[in-house]
Amino acid sequence: MSVESTAMAFSTITGSVSLVLSDAPVAILYHFPVNQAHDGVLRTLDFICDTVDTSSASKPGKGKRKSSLKSHGNHSYFLSGGESFLVKMVAPLSLLLIVAVTIRAALYRSSLAELIAERVEVVSPITAWKRVIEGLALLDLGVSPYSGDVFHETPLIIYLFHFLVDYAEITFMLADVITAVALYMAVKDFNKQVFRKQKFSVEAERYPADCLELIRSPTEMFYIPLKVAMFYLLNPFTILSCVAKSTCGLNNAVLSLFILTTIKGNVLLSAIFLCLATYQSIYPLTLCAPAMLYLMQHQYVPVNPRRAAFWWFLVQYLFMYLGSLFVIVCLSFFLLGSWDFLPSVYGFILSVPDLTPNIGLFWYFFAEMFEHFRLFFLCVFQINVFFYTVPLCIKLKDQPVFLMFMQLAVISIFKSYPTVGDTALYLAFLPVWSHLHRCECLLHTWVRSGSTGSTGNIFLVSCVLLACSALFPVLWHLWIYAGSANSNFYYAITLLFNVAQILLVSDYFYAFLRREHHLTAGLYLKKKDGSEATLVLK
Amino acid sequence: MGLAFEPFTLRTYMSENAMGSTMVEERFPSGERALATGKEFAAHKKKVGGMPVDWLVKTMQARGLEVFTQSFSRTLPFPDENKERYIVKGTNVYGILRAPRAPRTEALVLSAPCSPGDNNNQAVGLLLGLAHYFRSQVFWAKDIIFLVNEHDLIGMQAWLESYHHTNTTGMDWSPLQGRGGSIQAALSLELSSDVITSLDIILEGLNGQLPNLDLANLFYAFCQKIGVLCTIQGRLQRNDWDSVSGYSHAVQTMMLMVMKQASGRPWGDHGLFLRYHIEAATIKGINSFRQYKTDVTTVGRLLEGMFRKLNNLLERLHQSYFFYLMPSLSHFVSIGYYMPAFGLLAVILLLRALDLWVQLVSPPAIAVDGVGDVAQQSSPGVLSVLTPLVISHLTGAALYILPTRFQEIAVEHFPVSETEAVVLTVIAVYTAGLALPHNTHRLLSGEGTEQGWRVLKLVAVLYLAVLLGCTALINFSLGFILALTLVPVAAFVTPHVPKTLSAVVLVILSPAFTLLFSVFFFQELEEMPVSFQDGWLLYLSVISQGILDHHLYGSLVYPLIALMVYPCWLLFWNILFWK
Repeated sequence: MSVESTAMAFSTITGSVSLVLSDAPVAILYHFPVNQAHDGVLRTLDFICDTVDTSSASKPGKGKRKSSLKSHGNHSYFLSGGESFLVKMVAPLSLLLIVAVTIRAALYRSSLAELIAERVEVVSPITAWKRVIEGLALLDLGVSPYSGDVFHETPLIIYLFHFLVDYAEITFMLADVITAVALYMAVKDFNKQVFRKQKFSVEAERYPADCLELIRSPTEMFYIPLKVAMFYLLNPFTILSCVAKSTCGLNNAVLSLFILTTIKGNVLLSAIFLCLATYQSIYPLTLCAPAMLYLMQHQYVPVNPRRAAFWWFLVQYLFMYLGSLFVIVCLSFFLLGSWDFLPSVYGFILSVPDLTPNIGLFWYFFAEMFEHFRLFFLCVFQINVFFYTVPLCIKLKDQPVFLMFMQLAVISIFKSYPTVGDTALYLAFLPVWSHLHRCECLLHTWVRSGSTGSTGNIFLVSCVLLACSALFPVLWHLWIYAGSANSNFYYAITLLFNVAQILLVSDYFYAFLRREHHLTAGLYLKKKDGSEATLVLK
Repeated sequence: MGLAFEPFTLRTYMSENAMGSTMVEERFPSGERALATGKEFAAHKKKVGGMPVDWLVKTMQARGLEVFTQSFSRTLPFPDENKERYIVKGTNVYGILRAPRAPRTEALVLSAPCSPGDNNNQAVGLLLGLAHYFRSQVFWAKDIIFLVNEHDLIGMQAWLESYHHTNTTGMDWSPLQGRGGSIQAALSLELSSDVITSLDIILEGLNGQLPNLDLANLFYAFCQKIGVLCTIQGRLQRNDWDSVSGYSHAVQTMMLMVMKQASGRPWGDHGLFLRYHIEAATIKGINSFRQYKTDVTTVGRLLEGMFRKLNNLLERLHQSYFFYLMPSLSHFVSIGYYMPAFGLLAVILLLRALDLWVQLVSPPAIAVDGVGDVAQQSSPGVLSVLTPLVISHLTGAALYILPTRFQEIAVEHFPVSETEAVVLTVIAVYTAGLALPHNTHRLLSGEGTEQGWRVLKLVAVLYLAVLLGCTALINFSLGFILALTLVPVAAFVTPHVPKTLSAVVLVILSPAFTLLFSVFFFQELEEMPVSFQDGWLLYLSVISQGILDHHLYGSLVYPLIALMVYPCWLLFWNILFWK
């Protein structure tokens, strides 16, 4: 392939890419013309796979191994890809970072920062910056920061801010930037793998012939990493939680690093970051399962409990995970010189003694409940987070990244002290699954199956989420300041917010399963008697 | 909306048991003496040329109260031409009657403003008389604070901020030397004649907040018991609700309440209490030409009774409604009745949004079936929606910031006073905003597409729905009036309707014209119709009052209109000129 033709092909792609970028989340339908020959599709895919590879190779140290396998082409080919990559991807990303940091810095300087830091939706008793300051003051006085039921963050955080308290704003902005970049890189890598897998499947003619519309095109995937970073950095939820200096931002950074290292296939680092995340707030424990599933697939370990290799890998990973957890907990013990932090952090998360209203489901229930039922319902509520892991693992064992997304969403909905920062993390993943809209739309019009199209649903759900976010402060004002409404109003909105989130996630889940099903079974489902079949989620 | 009336309204009833069950015997005897004190106060006021602080301190001390004073000063952002004040300095005097029967954790407030001229002297006299009488009684379980505040709302604001250790408006005041418990309820008294024909209760407070309905019920119950004529919005209630005139009377009373509430300003000194979660109302004596007169002793007995009942409260008033509209003092429309009316309006917006969404989603689907014309589908993109949004909000921000910032420059360069400068800048920025956005967007993104305006309209309609919903929750009347004018706009505007006609309609339904109509409508309801010339002057002064209210007391109506409603309306304006 000559340089000119590559450049030309690239420009056509970027041309159509800019089309795609310019569309709003409202997904526009891009598809291969139906009548295009099969091998034509293959050739395009082939080409794109190469360009994706080269573009990643242009970044030093990333994906070098794979590109060296592929680098039998000429070098000028690499160069042109690299330059385009720099212009097309790095520039928007850095622009995005600059915009995001500017917004945050401006908000830190404005009078809004104080107001935001007080909002219960943005900070929880665990993540509130005010409490961290209190803990620091106690630490400086030589008292255990956990004496006096105010501070509930982990010891490592307080020692981190012991040194960084003067640079807190920069730290939080940096955490957001790290999260965004990590997500960006992770999603890029993930897309590449999805692509390769799809390419192999297409080459092997594993997909039914009528499913070509479901195959994802490179043009729509090219800007997804950037969109993910944008969804995270420019999400008002993230901005609010960063401006409020909620330590949730740090948790998100750790989680995103975990996702990045997992997707890169680094077992040790993945275990270490997962352990850090668990250490911060217990719940990421459930991410263990998708991480292991992914890493096994990455290292070609069969996911089969009857094979020794499976168990060996499991033991290896768990050893690394638990080992580093042990090290961190011991480290905290030696830093503080007492075990105070265990009940004060993990006891606090699990037994939910603080019933300050937040966007979660716990506070109202436990404020209303008789004391002798408390333990039972506490167990019920907490098990909720962990309960979905097993069925989801079984259902999605071939799609660990989607499983990870589902788990993140479940955690942020059902955790005991959720904030909007947690929600922002899983919302950032929505562009990755944007092809589901498209499929859903397509299936809806082509197959006309009995299922309600989830696109309309997603519109409604996002309207509800939007309205809820606006109503939170209003009803809070009416309840706390004006005294004319009461807690029921606020809780109703909380409930609606959570129901909308659940609907959103389950819509994506359903659409995902459906796409997978159609990819194996063909687009036109026939019942045995020949009539059109419908899919029902059971 | 107009239908939710007499037969549908609920009769008011007392929800709070602590206020209903016990009978109170009112024995306040010394109305004449109170009037004499009022005259003395008037004489001293005239002598000092303002608030006779020393005399008040002495008199209150003589009545056995703990007396304190508080001085405050405030420079207005621009001169207030209605009340002719710019740099305000004053002193509040208050005396605390300590509760003999309970720990001093709760308090009640009786306040009377010391207004300029001959007004309100009787109120201060009655306040002092009541203080003297209450001192001799033993059953007070709450501290009672008697407050005489200067410069009406500004003084009240200074006192309340100081009492609660907050400073929201940047006023200078000296800290309070003596405090009572947490204030449970407050009554403000306005009385300007020796005898009155009726008592009027004013409920509307800052940002359209209302006190608990039980406070109005209490007032009504005592008026019935003692036999005083009582009014709301200065209107008696009529029993002939089934006749047309009776019905229209009730409608007018209620519309008055809606207008007053929508204005978001405190309509009496009580209005600022509501912000601190204190139930408060202003009781105003009206002297008209009726035969039947009530003397001050009776008013004193009424107040005594109300305070006795409030004294019996075990917790803050919370049983009854906070969201209500009153077509007469004995009837009210609860939130459950009027919210559906608003809900119907909001549903129009939601259906519109859904319709747009379906339109946006379906064309690609058709394209899939037939010819795949990719170029036609090229969607508008984030930028072309974002630009009008940002521009219209910047215009809103300019509308909010510029008038007060640029008054000096305007005064230097144009022959206008400060207040005129502010108001005229508001109008200028507002009008400039009409010309601005649709020009810039055409420059930036070339020609708008079909999809483009649909997306923009979808965003605008959703924005409006959320905005109106939130407004209606905080201040129902404002939300309702805005919804009445903006929802039709949102429903019909597309780039394809006839330009000039719909532009005229759009301008007529814009927030500024809504305000103008409201001014005329309000005057009509008050039975003081004005000519167009006077109406225009009134309109200008209403704008300046709105800005002043925002700066002095933190009223939210002006920022809401400037920063949210106006940009939202501009979006629709933008859609109309989308080419």
